[in-house]
Amino acid sequence: MSNKMHIKMNVNGEEQEFLAEPRELLIHTLRERLDITGPHIGCETSHCGACTVTIDGKSVKSCTMFVAQANGKDVTTIEGLGGPDDLHVLQSAFKEHHGLQCGFCTPGMITRASKLLEENPNPTEEEVRFGMAGNICRCTGYQNIVKSILAAASELQAAKEAAE
Amino acid sequence: MKDEVTTREDRVEALGGMGCKRKRVEDARFTQGKGNYVDDLKLPGMLFGDFVRSPYAHARIKSINIDKAMAVDGVVAVLTAADLEPLGLHWMPTLAGDKQMVLADGKVLFQGQEVAYVVAKDRYAAADGVELVEVEYEELEVLTDPFAALESDVVLREDLQGDGNGLPDGAHGPRKHHNHIFYWEAGDKEATEQVLEEAEVVAEETVYYHRTHPCPLETCGCVASMDKVNGKLTLWGTFQAPHAIRTVVSLISGIEEHNIRVISPDIGGGFGNKVGAYPGYVCSVVASIVTGVPVKWIEDRMENLMTTAFARDYWMDGKISATKDGKITGLWCHTTADHGGFDACADPTKFPAGFMNICTGSYDIPVAYLGVDGVYTNKAPGGVSYRCSFRVTEAVYFIERMIEVLAIKLNMDASELRKINFIKKEQFPYKAALGWEYDSGDYHTAWDKAMKAVDYDGLRAEQAQRVEDFKAGKTRKLMGIGLTHFTEIVGAGPVKNCDILGLGMFDSCEIRIHPTGSAIARLGTISQGQGHATTFAQILATEIGLPADSITIEEGDTDTAPYGLGTYGSRSTPVAGAATAMAGRKIRAKAQMIAAYLLEVHDDDVEFDVDRFVVKGAREKFKTMKEIAFAAYNQAIPGIEPGLEAVSYYDPPNMTYPFGAYVCVMDIDVDTGVTDIRRFYALDDCGTRINPMIIEGQVHGGLTEALAVALGQEIAYDEMGNVKTGTLMDFFLPTAWEVPNYETDYTVTPSPHHPIGAKGVGESPHVGGVPCFSNAVNDAFRAFGLTHTHMPHDHWRIWKTANELGLHG
Ligand code: FES
Ligand code: FES
Repeated sequence: MSNKMHIKMNVNGEEQEFLAEPRELLIHTLRERLDITGPHIGCETSHCGACTVTIDGKSVKSCTMFVAQANGKDVTTIEGLGGPDDLHVLQSAFKEHHGLQCGFCTPGMITRASKLLEENPNPTEEEVRFGMAGNICRCTGYQNIVKSILAAASELQAAKEAAE
Repeated sequence: MKDEVTTREDRVEALGGMGCKRKRVEDARFTQGKGNYVDDLKLPGMLFGDFVRSPYAHARIKSINIDKAMAVDGVVAVLTAADLEPLGLHWMPTLAGDKQMVLADGKVLFQGQEVAYVVAKDRYAAADGVELVEVEYEELEVLTDPFAALESDVVLREDLQGDGNGLPDGAHGPRKHHNHIFYWEAGDKEATEQVLEEAEVVAEETVYYHRTHPCPLETCGCVASMDKVNGKLTLWGTFQAPHAIRTVVSLISGIEEHNIRVISPDIGGGFGNKVGAYPGYVCSVVASIVTGVPVKWIEDRMENLMTTAFARDYWMDGKISATKDGKITGLWCHTTADHGGFDACADPTKFPAGFMNICTGSYDIPVAYLGVDGVYTNKAPGGVSYRCSFRVTEAVYFIERMIEVLAIKLNMDASELRKINFIKKEQFPYKAALGWEYDSGDYHTAWDKAMKAVDYDGLRAEQAQRVEDFKAGKTRKLMGIGLTHFTEIVGAGPVKNCDILGLGMFDSCEIRIHPTGSAIARLGTISQGQGHATTFAQILATEIGLPADSITIEEGDTDTAPYGLGTYGSRSTPVAGAATAMAGRKIRAKAQMIAAYLLEVHDDDVEFDVDRFVVKGAREKFKTMKEIAFAAYNQAIPGIEPGLEAVSYYDPPNMTYPFGAYVCVMDIDVDTGVTDIRRFYALDDCGTRINPMIIEGQVHGGLTEALAVALGQEIAYDEMGNVKTGTLMDFFLPTAWEVPNYETDYTVTPSPHHPIGAKGVGESPHVGGVPCFSNAVNDAFRAFGLTHTHMPHDHWRIWKTANELGLHG
């Protein structure tokens, strides 16, 4: 008897349907089943944030969510934020302000930061540091990550004002 | 010609060469989730390997039963030492001249040691299989304390006891006890002890540099793929030294080196963790040979922290002598080095304690002695250089603590004491008492700049006031001022005294210029976030006059890159950077001949100018490098071979010696032990600066890793040998919330022997940062009688210090 479950989810705008063991972790579904390798694995214990994705509008660490729990949900990963032709402001800000080195934390960082800026479009430095504290970076010392996020925030604000 | 209207400055700028803040070319793929890390690799039919690990720190293995595991749906094979033995692969050589079990051979020596390797269709089936392998252990007495290990009757390494006719020598000479690994010394013991005996003042302290771990965000892993048809093995992995791994794999497997291709794809941080060869690599190769399909092995975080590559664990007994007015006269250090169950330190062969003999630091110390005893215990093997050149962070921590301890003994200001003893600018090249020849430095200038930048006198006045206020009950916070002046030794190294497994520590670069004036350069190093693709192109742009944006840098594929010893110990810029410049100069030399031919003048009548060769005295006559590149491929030039390529293998004449002056200002709440870093000023002198943006990023990162180590990060064991810090819950990695903003500054004292004068920077902030944070904590309590307290200074330990000093009333 198969203990597999019928799963449906929307990932980066595409409907996905498959059978999976309910114990499968969402990060493995994304990386190994769907070949979406932007989100990474740094700890599998919810500490590092390398696996951060957005699910139904909330930042989620996909290493500690079973695929069964993501059934029927909308999932966005770094790949869904922007690509070569439509870079997300954060993606260019991280490059501009040297907000990354090895790049391993970067997809999770940017995915989390994109939510942070939706929750709080005009954050102070302190709010950025607090709001990003679930994402660990071993390379940058965070200074330039914070700078990148603040720069992206002002850019988004300026664009918003111009549009109004 | 339109070129004539552009100014020289425009042309320099267009190159994007050395000194400019070029944006990183790596970032596009990383920010879009398109990096290519080893765990992203998926090959047809690929299997997944996972380890059964020992729950005990010291135990005999009575039996292993794999039947139930083999019955799991999806499990393909289970390897034990018995399977590896016929291939001679149940043990493997370590980088330190010792050997290490690949899979437990009769016993285990540390918790988490690899016992069996389960190969399955996916990682879930592999994990299920691991659960069901039945191992019967007989527990043995555990030794976690190196001093106790040297006294104990318990024999850890039965394989090293000989045939009863005395203890056989180790890789580094005679051993004095069955748990002893080596004794190594530098300097003049007798003369130093004589000086100490007669000294006016002697300060003594035991300085413990605790065990920790590099913990890059990406753990170690590999994919091994044996193509039985062609007899070729491809090994992708998180390797900081891909060529060395290829040679090691060839030596231990017997597969000819040309049939092995090692590829380091993008690496998610290394910091020393990814230099060594681990059982996971060997087992994956064997599993792929056995099964005929690719096998992937990726460590989880717990395995990473518990088994691969610890760092430090040095007990350093120190004595430092001086005259009454503060001139240092001698330094003595004896270190007991806990290496765990196998000596798997990543050090050049002749240096079992790395470059610990840089421990005279930035000071002119006439006589010194260093002795190091290596000891086996029931802890994980390793001893890697976590973001430092071989054992340099230990050395710098030791001397920078000893200076503070001496300042207390002399009742002297710690900045003043440093200034009295700095090696003077005119003393360079400076021959240190423990053997090294420092290439260049200007310590006083850097120090004065730092003291001025932070208003040192003002800080001390504020601190004195704070002590008054504290005593008067007006505040519960103390203020610490941490000072550090470090001198590193990096860029290993000259082949005459530096090798790893007999491989000289040179590095290499090969350049091919394409007909249309773009280029590809391949190096023997591998970036793990340092931005090589960006900076090496900048070096080349300046050397060969083609825009950095037109130069592709490729590393990490042993089939295409020239042989090199890899990236660690801040050696990429000093060694491979030099190779790059030298290869560039070979290109330029040939280009000069081509230009002269095209301009119809003698070779000596043209000279290089930014991006072209001009005719001396007639600068309007020139050929750009782009034009020369094309000519190299389309003209038959008498006496010159077609094409424009060069390769250089660079054997550095000396190490480089970056230095820096750091100041940390910290508030400490004596009731909670909580530290608040108010200010951190870091002045680095790494010689010529290739890309200031990247240097600054390296400094931020290194300081943050230093903060972690100094203020809480450790690998701790209980007396049963259980790892108490096996997850990120207990192992401290600072987040954005705990980390301050850093102020960076610099001076430039080029290395006189390096082709572009660069010294390397990646590790300086870590090496200098650790003592600086620690000195700040110690300094906060100096007014209350504290001389020294051990790292890591977590809140609990600081609270305890305050309590022991009677500050809790
Ligand atoms: S891998 Fe999910 S939080 Fe670390
Ligand atoms: S850039 Fe390496 S972990 Fe953040």
